[in-house]
Amino acid sequence: MKHISPKNLKARFATEWLEGGGAARATADDPGPHYPSGCTTIFSPGWEVDSTGGTAALCQPMERDLYDCYKTCYWPAQVPDYLNNSPDWHKNCAAAVQDWREIDLVFP
Amino acid sequence: MTTPETSPTLVEATQMHRFSGGERRYAFLVPSSMIFELDEASERVLDRLAAGPKAPGAVVETPEEEAALRELAGVGAVARQGAPLIPIGGLQEVDGPPPIRTVVLNVTNSCNLACRYCYEYGDDRIAEAEVPMAMTEEVARQSVDRLIADSGEARDLQVTFFGGETLLNWRVIRPTVEYAREQAQQAGKRVDFSLTTNATLLTREVSQWIADNGIGVTISVDGDKQFQDSMRVYRSGMGSYDVIAPRIAEFLKLQKRPVGARVTITSKNLDVPRIFEHLMGLGFYEVGFAPVTSSPDQDYALGEEGFDELLDQFRDLADDYVEAATEGRYLGFSNLSDLLGEIHEGVSKAYPCGAGLGLVGVAPGGEVGLCHRFAGSGDHDLGHVATGIDDEKRAEHLQKAHIDARTDCSQCWVRSLCSGGCYHEAQVRYGDRFRPNLHYCDWIRDWTALGLSAYGRILDRNPRFLTRFEGMVRVESPTP
Repeated sequence: MKHISPKNLKARFATEWLEGGGAARATADDPGPHYPSGCTTIFSPGWEVDSTGGTAALCQPMERDLYDCYKTCYWPAQVPDYLNNSPDWHKNCAAAVQDWREIDLVFP
Repeated sequence: MTTPETSPTLVEATQMHRFSGGERRYAFLVPSSMIFELDEASERVLDRLAAGPKAPGAVVETPEEEAALRELAGVGAVARQGAPLIPIGGLQEVDGPPPIRTVVLNVTNSCNLACRYCYEYGDDRIAEAEVPMAMTEEVARQSVDRLIADSGEARDLQVTFFGGETLLNWRVIRPTVEYAREQAQQAGKRVDFSLTTNATLLTREVSQWIADNGIGVTISVDGDKQFQDSMRVYRSGMGSYDVIAPRIAEFLKLQKRPVGARVTITSKNLDVPRIFEHLMGLGFYEVGFAPVTSSPDQDYALGEEGFDELLDQFRDLADDYVEAATEGRYLGFSNLSDLLGEIHEGVSKAYPCGAGLGLVGVAPGGEVGLCHRFAGSGDHDLGHVATGIDDEKRAEHLQKAHIDARTDCSQCWVRSLCSGGCYHEAQVRYGDRFRPNLHYCDWIRDWTALGLSAYGRILDRNPRFLTRFEGMVRVESPTP
């Protein structure tokens, strides 16, 4: 890097990683996220908003079925937040093929 | 799969604090805590982005600036508007609370002094009064066993003795050190010891034993005779300076490990340079200052003006520190050293301190608390050393205390270093340990800016000085 130079240990570590091709390797190993059409990329102030900044078009339970949503989406809470607020939202839907009617909706 | 809206992409500067040292210009990035020096081109790019997001074409005018923009984007200092920051290195997943590495044993709740501001005795006490006053040897041994049992893979453990006046229970400390050494050795671990004392009981015998056993010592002392005797008094009201001064002098001569002084700053002794000079003159290696924890209505509380004054005094002492560092000398202003160590390492903390994380406090009766300040307060107990630490409660604490759970902190540029501040202060001030300490946010931001400024100047004048902070093993040490 010519225009900025790392000064503390964290910055030096990150720069070595970047210049040593760390980022490129990470990209090659991992195809990275794909965005299904209409997917929000707006995560501020949180994932709780849709691509318009409102809540009308939040991710729906069906997005759970899309590989790119449940697997490679690097923000794992595109489905209802089952860690804190909605731990049971999918408890009646053990196998989506049979139980998809049972899946719950969460209204923020 | 398609990419989302391809509307004109705007770029924005991510959260950062810019500062200078000499002629050099730096950026401290948030929340990664990385520090980069900026050249003129990268500075111009950031200047243009200071007003808000812009199209890339409006940010760069020359190929040089374009290259600078790319470099800034590469380290996350500039990003596409609204893009989430992808953390460098990835997130660490933790199964349950981490191992315990440090126990702080409140070996006694008694004290031979009656300092007016004391949270053990004064109005701001949290722990309940009915707990046993002195820890028995058995409870101390159980605490050591608990530490070793709950330390997982950790090899280096720490036992800290605390009080009350720690040395009042000297007869338990001594065998506990021996016991802990034996047990640690059997478990293939190492254990280090430290204690905090008011120095009144540092007899020749005790001092020699401490030196022989390499115990780390912090002495609580408030300055010269006038300052010491205004707050740190015996029950009779008699000042303690004339007792401690000769004992400290003899003690310091015997020690091989550096000994630090810890000063409580109140409105009654708000004179940092005077205290610092006096205590360094006594032979201390370092002096650390802590504003008193108190309800705002105490007459010794530091009001807003007091905090401003304290910061000004810290600023002057920091200037002296930088002068010394320029010449390769170390000036023992430990508050600044601690901050510079964190800045240099680039720490990004999810929690303000080790309490409940790798550290727990044990009350004289064996009840386990988040730290020594909470130990023995019924509501905050995490179990008992004899029966085990309640990991569910610990996990619940860690979940609620995480910096990401503190919405008040989400926009603050020092959040990765401060993480909300002391739980005990929040408990005293707001009755809720999870509340960020909003009453001193501005102060912490100014103090951190001061630290970055000192860091920048040292980088400019004598960067080799900073290597002293590299490879430092950071052990959670309790804030008395």
